Amino acid sequence: MSEIGVRLSGIGGQGVVLASIILGRAASVYDNLYAVQTQTYGSDMRGGDVCTEIIVSEKEIVYPIVNTPDILIAIAQKAFDQHITDLKEGGILITDKDLVNVGNLTKNVNHYSEEFNKKAIDDFNEKRVSNMIMLGFVVEKTKLITYEALEKAIADLLSPRIFDLNKKAIDFGMKLASTN
Amino acid sequence: MEKKINHPLQKYFRGPINYTTCPGCGNGIISQAILWAIEDLAMDFDKFAFVSGIGCSGWIPSPSYNTDVLHVTHGRSIAFATGLKLATPNIKVIVTAGDGDTSAIGGNHFIHACRRNIDLTMICVNNQIYGMTGGQVAPSTPYHSKTTTTPYGSIERPFDLSQVAISAGATMVARWTTFQARQLRKSIAKAILHNGFSFIEIISQCPVQYGKVIGKRNNAVDMLMDYKNRSINVRKAKKLSPDEVKDKIVVGEFIEDKQVPELTQEVKRLRKEAVSRCQK
Amino acid sequence: MINNSKTNKTDFLQGNIACAEGAIMAGCKFFAGYPITPASEIAHHLSKRMFEVDGTFIQTEDEIAAIANIVGASWGGVKSMTATSGPGISLMQENIGLAVATETPCVIVNVQRGAPSTGSPSVHLQGDILQSKFGSQGDYQIIALAPASPQEMFDFTIKAFNLAEQFRTPVFVLSDSLVGHMRERVNFPLQEELILSERKKLEHYQGIHQKIFLDEEVAPMPVFGKGLKANITGSTHKEDGFRNVSDPKIMDNAIKKLTNKILKHKEEIIEINEHEIDDAEVAILSYGLTSRAVLETVKIARKNGIKVGSFRPITVWPFPEEEVEKLSRRVKTIIVCENNLGQLFPFVKSAACEHCKVISLPPKVLGTLYYPEEILEKIKEVI
Repeated sequence: MSEIGVRLSGIGGQGVVLASIILGRAASVYDNLYAVQTQTYGSDMRGGDVCTEIIVSEKEIVYPIVNTPDILIAIAQKAFDQHITDLKEGGILITDKDLVNVGNLTKNVNHYSEEFNKKAIDDFNEKRVSNMIMLGFVVEKTKLITYEALEKAIADLLSPRIFDLNKKAIDFGMKLASTN
Repeated sequence: MEKKINHPLQKYFRGPINYTTCPGCGNGIISQAILWAIEDLAMDFDKFAFVSGIGCSGWIPSPSYNTDVLHVTHGRSIAFATGLKLATPNIKVIVTAGDGDTSAIGGNHFIHACRRNIDLTMICVNNQIYGMTGGQVAPSTPYHSKTTTTPYGSIERPFDLSQVAISAGATMVARWTTFQARQLRKSIAKAILHNGFSFIEIISQCPVQYGKVIGKRNNAVDMLMDYKNRSINVRKAKKLSPDEVKDKIVVGEFIEDKQVPELTQEVKRLRKEAVSRCQK
Repeated sequence: MINNSKTNKTDFLQGNIACAEGAIMAGCKFFAGYPITPASEIAHHLSKRMFEVDGTFIQTEDEIAAIANIVGASWGGVKSMTATSGPGISLMQENIGLAVATETPCVIVNVQRGAPSTGSPSVHLQGDILQSKFGSQGDYQIIALAPASPQEMFDFTIKAFNLAEQFRTPVFVLSDSLVGHMRERVNFPLQEELILSERKKLEHYQGIHQKIFLDEEVAPMPVFGKGLKANITGSTHKEDGFRNVSDPKIMDNAIKKLTNKILKHKEEIIEINEHEIDDAEVAILSYGLTSRAVLETVKIARKNGIKVGSFRPITVWPFPEEEVEKLSRRVKTIIVCENNLGQLFPFVKSAACEHCKVISLPPKVLGTLYYPEEILEKIKEVI
């Protein structure tokens, strides 16, 4: 695998940063890959713009910033509007079907969308797992990391109390990805 | 043959060092009171550390006292002493500071040390003026005083430093003037033994600078007599109206609270808790 | 006592957390700090970890107190550290000078942010390079290391403690908000692989005029509470600690000895990373995070057959004058890339002494990481 740059964007509170940390941890600690994760915030802790970038690579990563992502994940309208221009031609775009209207996509990209937020509410009665459904979906679609690594990374980062719920959400996301 | 006389406190001095104070300065009385208190307690001087800042008060322990002495920046002595005490809680740390040191530039460190109740003994030499720098107004200078920076008389009300310490949470607070050297010595001894933040304020004469302000230039004796005449013990003062104590200097031991947890012991408790939580 | 349960492991850590863990690995037992973006995570982490390793954490009333606390703790015999950002460093400057003058080992982490003034708290800028060397009054030397990754936040924090202990002096870790917040793999060394320096301590009291300061080979430190009768002052003093503030000769001696203590050991202190320099016509000098953009540029340039190399001082201070001078004899042009308006540039230019051309190239937008293309463009211009 050559270097793959991923940009995850949304608004504060959607769990975008946690998703990127899980990705990075899974890749670099358990999949024997290199990963670097960076993030920018607006000044609000909740509700502000959040953008986090992660690079996954087999070789050591020199340049830590993703200027033109291979994969863009946008789970808020503003995030999509802001970042779509940077996405590489031929790249992958993943959006929340319910929250993002991509309009007329002029770019040549592979676009997948799913109702991460709505499904979290409908199927889990827990809005907060939408990021895990998204993460499962992303991993299944992109094969950035292995399932085993992902499982270990969430075990490291989440308290045992909420591990099962989150793992279920991830599995659910993966299933959504493999069936659509 | 000249007879060699040894001062009973000689052993506490680093050697034959010139004491850098003006004639009549209160520092000598205060320095002796500190050392007599330690002598009275029969404690090992090596287990004391002194921290002082910039200003005449800084030179009480530095370099004279023959133990560990850390002489630091203006106003910051308490902050350095806090780090030192937290790192070596087994030694007694005494801070000597001036009134400007304590309440102007170092005011923040002062109130927070009181709040934390860290086991430091703070000796605050309040000469009601900036002496070393040339007689400028201090936060403790009485209202309307004419100093080198208040030629029209000061227009700001002074701090009552002991009351500030009490309000901020110091657990032992006493005030004396240099006239009450014996009482001072006893209070300092008590403060050293007190497990918490103790604040001893000493109204001390600066005959050169503050003497000039009150028309007693270079006249330490008059200033001391004035302290004698104006001092009133806190027990008596409590029975009088505010008007009656207006021009008095209220002296005595104001508070002594042994119930408040002390900071270095709290740190020890946290370490134990943290370790046991880790082992679970 | 739990020393470090995290040895010999691999973790995916934020730069700031790696710094905190590096401090613990180095034997730090005292942290004092005041909340500030983008350095606060170091305090968050150590507020828990310090107590687990039998250490102390204190959140002080301000940064002035934070530096004073760590200096006080250092005289109490423990390794100590504070972490802040530019505004905090500004407040600390007077006492950093005191730490230098009293030869107090301690580590100061500056996770740089946008400046001047309150600036932009979460923007990464290398704006405090000169501040860390010249911020306090008078002539003095400082040691400053510039990390570019979480692993280096970890390693350089340990190195900073080692240098502080060896040379009895404050040492800066000059990070920035991107490195501080970046997450990457961090490999923890085995405890037995770790080389840790400890300060030379005065063992026994040696009389009123014992030499405890101003030795170019570093005088032994009289740690408090051991009957060593330490006589310490920030005023100008002699080797025995006695104050003399009127004799210029005493001051001259103090300034020169303090300065030489660092400068005479530059070879031991200074570390440079060179990459593809051997046949290079153009060298790009950069430090900290910026060096990663430079390395990327070199990679691209080399693919295009352009003879470019990277010269990266790990040690920003003391400035690697001799090394830059040597470099200037080997290449035709040095391009200085800094995420500021050229703070180290005059030093490079002066060291290069007209042996080669020296150009300053700030990023197009300050506070962003260079696009490799913008550096490449400049290289093509000069080649």
